[in-house]
Amino acid sequence: MSTLNERHTLAEQVAQAMGKSVYNNVEAHKDITPRLELQQKSPKLMTLEEAIRHSGLKDGMTISFHHHFRGGDKVVNMVVDKLAEMGFKNLHLAASSLQDVHEPLIEHIRNGVITEISTSGLRGELAKEISHGLMEKPVVFRSHGGRGEAIASGELHIDVAFLGASSSDPLGNACGYSRSENAKSICGSLGYALPDAHYADKVVILTDDLVPYPNTPNSISEHDVDYVVEVESVGDSSKIASGAIRDTKNPRDILLAQQAAKVIVNSGYFKNGFSIQTGSGGASLAAVKYIRQSMIDQDIKASFALGGITAHMVKMHEEGLIERLIDVQSFDKVAAESLKNDSKHKEVSACEYASMNEQGAATHYLDIVILSALEVDVNFNVNVLVGSDGIIRGAIGGHPDTAEDSALSIIVCPLLRGRIPCVVNEVTTLITPGRTVDVVVTEYGIAVNPARPEIAERLKAAGLKIVTLEELRDRALSVIGNPAPLPFGDKVVGVVMNRDGSVMDVIKNIVE
Amino acid sequence: MELKQATAGTMESGDIMIQIAPCEKEGLNIDLQSSVAYQFGDQIRKVIVETLEGLGITRAEVHATDKGALDCTIRARVTAAAVRATGKDVWKD
Repeated sequence: MSTLNERHTLAEQVAQAMGKSVYNNVEAHKDITPRLELQQKSPKLMTLEEAIRHSGLKDGMTISFHHHFRGGDKVVNMVVDKLAEMGFKNLHLAASSLQDVHEPLIEHIRNGVITEISTSGLRGELAKEISHGLMEKPVVFRSHGGRGEAIASGELHIDVAFLGASSSDPLGNACGYSRSENAKSICGSLGYALPDAHYADKVVILTDDLVPYPNTPNSISEHDVDYVVEVESVGDSSKIASGAIRDTKNPRDILLAQQAAKVIVNSGYFKNGFSIQTGSGGASLAAVKYIRQSMIDQDIKASFALGGITAHMVKMHEEGLIERLIDVQSFDKVAAESLKNDSKHKEVSACEYASMNEQGAATHYLDIVILSALEVDVNFNVNVLVGSDGIIRGAIGGHPDTAEDSALSIIVCPLLRGRIPCVVNEVTTLITPGRTVDVVVTEYGIAVNPARPEIAERLKAAGLKIVTLEELRDRALSVIGNPAPLPFGDKVVGVVMNRDGSVMDVIKNIVE
Repeated sequence: MELKQATAGTMESGDIMIQIAPCEKEGLNIDLQSSVAYQFGDQIRKVIVETLEGLGITRAEVHATDKGALDCTIRARVTAAAVRATGKDVWKD
């Protein structure tokens, strides 16, 4: 005979040999609360202050944020205000990007709450102050792919990530949209937040729509989430399509977009199954509108559109012209809604989007990218971060990632912006190296990198006006006169990292 | 030369707004606000001074708000403001 009791002694011996304990069968019965009620008592649900305390955050640690609400973001200011109130100092703020709306950080920097910043970009007053030397430590700028890679490799270690989400259940299954009728916000893809969610030591989800479990299909998994905080608002969705990603009505931008479309159509890469991305900036976003008719006329379909997904791309996808959308960031509400509703509109993390060490990163399979620029120099180097006045006023974004990985990179920029030349002798700051840039489109002609003579031939054959960057530079100078050199100081206020982790350039302070 | 207060130009991008007023102090006192001050501040001042002196104005207070205007635009706006300030139409007279 062999009963449970009889086998107990034997089990004890086996357990001892295995270095384990024996199952204790005398505990109270399991929790029988109905599960809809039980999830309301999720141990992850707490206030922001409680979440910060539980996270173990200490002075000197690194906190992170995403920028999917762009100009409408409310999370960075809310959390840093709270951290300041709780007395934290010397924090490293590692955001995927920062916008005009983050001006209140200036005070937190002055007060020593934030002493280090990593970001893709800076704009507005914060950018101006930092350009003038507000911070002791230089701001570290990375591309989106570079940031994903730095987080994955541990080079950028995040202690606590504070991630805004438009819906979350009490366990932390979270999305950039909500399927409930109480939805307050929508930002679509959470692509730039996914490396943070995955690799940060502690993850706090802030949501303005706490929905019942299970909030599936989910973008961030409860597996990666430690705390869930319900807040009044995580962001103003109406401000997503603001700043660099507004839809242009500027006639010059439209002309540039039409020229870029002609370059695409005649480049040799405009074939059935091609893939395309448009970067931020009016002219580059609009270019996709103008290849639509050629796609219909020549019966050409794109296999995927990547990146910042816009309403134009969603429309072409719904018309059957673009088979799939790969979305690291939704550039407007239409794109965000599409991500929610369309299974062929896929969300990807920054790593799957553009990490140089991820074999399957989408940028590696990108044919054509259209990008904007603040400045292009005669060696095809591009600056998208620092204005010609030496003040930081932009973001690296995916610019160097997509320029390097795509088969054909096209830069669209006007010859002049007011009295500021966009084609220059040497860029103010090097962001995207000339060896990765193929074509520059301006309203005064198209320049083709000498490394791509076949492209120049094809464009010439199509009747497009091919010029050199030297000619464009001289033309700009003949109109505006010679600019005086910028009054740079000796302090390094910014470091531009290449996506491979090397230092690409430094930004010096501007003195009045 | 007798001056009254006068204005020419707009705040549009690519334009410059010039305000001329009588001045207690000697010479041309130019207050320039420019979106391209670092690179073109000196050049803009030079064009304003040359244009006014060419019109015989050597004592005035000038407020210039520049939004990246080219030299030809600056000359045109300064001339227009000067014509309005002096009542002397340099194109007709």
